[in-house]
Amino acid sequence: MSVLRFILENRGQVLALTGEHLWLVGLSTLFATLIGIPLGILIAHRPGFNKPVLAGANIIQTIPSLALFGFLLPVPWLGDRADRLAILALTLYALLPIIRNTYAGIRGVDPAVTEAGRGMGLTASQLLFQVELPLALSVILSGVRTAVVISVGLATIAAAIGAGGLGEFIFRGLAMVDNRVILAGAVPAAVMAILADLGVGWLERRLQPR
Amino acid sequence: MARKVSPDDATPVSLARMQPAAASPVIEFRDVSFRVAGTQVLCNFNLQVRAGEILVLLGRSGSGKTTTLKLVNRLVSPTNGEVCVKGVPNSRTDVIRLRRSIGYVIQDVGLFPHFNVARNIALVPTIEGWPAARVAARVDELLRLTGLAPEIASRYPHQLSGGQRQRVGVARALASDPEILLMDEPFGALDPITRDELQREFLSLQRRLGKTVVFVTHDLREAMRLGSRIGLMEAGRLVTILTPEEFLRSTDPWAAAYVQAFGDRLEPNSIEGKS
Repeated sequence: MSVLRFILENRGQVLALTGEHLWLVGLSTLFATLIGIPLGILIAHRPGFNKPVLAGANIIQTIPSLALFGFLLPVPWLGDRADRLAILALTLYALLPIIRNTYAGIRGVDPAVTEAGRGMGLTASQLLFQVELPLALSVILSGVRTAVVISVGLATIAAAIGAGGLGEFIFRGLAMVDNRVILAGAVPAAVMAILADLGVGWLERRLQPR
Repeated sequence: MARKVSPDDATPVSLARMQPAAASPVIEFRDVSFRVAGTQVLCNFNLQVRAGEILVLLGRSGSGKTTTLKLVNRLVSPTNGEVCVKGVPNSRTDVIRLRRSIGYVIQDVGLFPHFNVARNIALVPTIEGWPAARVAARVDELLRLTGLAPEIASRYPHQLSGGQRQRVGVARALASDPEILLMDEPFGALDPITRDELQREFLSLQRRLGKTVVFVTHDLREAMRLGSRIGLMEAGRLVTILTPEEFLRSTDPWAAAYVQAFGDRLEPNSIEGKS
């Protein structure tokens, strides 16, 4: 209960940090989606790019987040502002599930359907936008969903480089050895992850073809 | 049996096509070879398909009959030689235009699962930009033509039976009234009774519309029943090309092997009596 009281007493700050957190997660997910979906489409259609792209995304995924934040710190324009840097790092992490699911979703479309579509004279872009993407959509969105949930958690670490967000409470609590402060960051972050998961899940069902 | 042919129809049906025109073939293979990954799929293939006929390509799996079909609408391109459709070499036509002018029916049907029946049938007319009213009228007409109930129009493919699905597949292929139909074992996955029904209806439909059909099957009985001529394929070559009557009497070892395999249950083309 003392956690709840602490959150209520500091609600202004909790809200501000939650806002920062949302900004980091939202923007990085947006960028990762804008980059990841086209890359996934590319490797689904050009098998030659498959290995290098997925390997690249996999390697990024293996870099410990704290190390990645550190690596990017000296980069000129990025290093000027910690939130830019955090958004880039979070974008890189979010790529893998989005690329992989886009790829799997498009490859999972029944070959008879695409063959019929091509045979009837659909152009490549008609096939993509009218057949492949609508049929792969729910798989792609479940990749976005994974990416968002991962990002909410990872974004707490961005506070280590001064990018703000709910991680501020967590690091401060760790330094102060005060569980109330840690939880004031962790609980809203967990709630955010659950809500994001439910939200994208709802979108997934809404957009489900048929 | 009257069919509406609107003046701006892409390929109007003329009754003249129903008589086999001795003139130029609708589809012509000239010394076509097709190799993929070191395997010779087709070898020096020559074939002429006449207007209004049902040319059946009969052969075992792997004999190259599906590849032959895909060469017509350029889903594959020949390694050597030339495929001509209506006198124009395929390599020099716009592939999208070519495919939209040819109906294509495959065994797995390939209906779009997220489109209802009406939208599936209307696929080519829609992408060709027909006005909505004309598309709707055409869908109604095709549902009737292929023996489907009008209420099916709003259903989705997964709500249909196998036979209904293949009827929709045929309706979709006929939508923009193409002169040519390519059919790749369209009735192969159906139960015998439904297959019999669809073969019968397809034959009478073809007589009314006078399409030029290339039909792939491995079933000699189906070939006998539907074919004007049967092209027997083996290992990427066209062994022989015969009418069903000739096929039964043929001394060609491959043809004889087929006749033997199917025993005496054969009837050269159909009860309806071929012209």
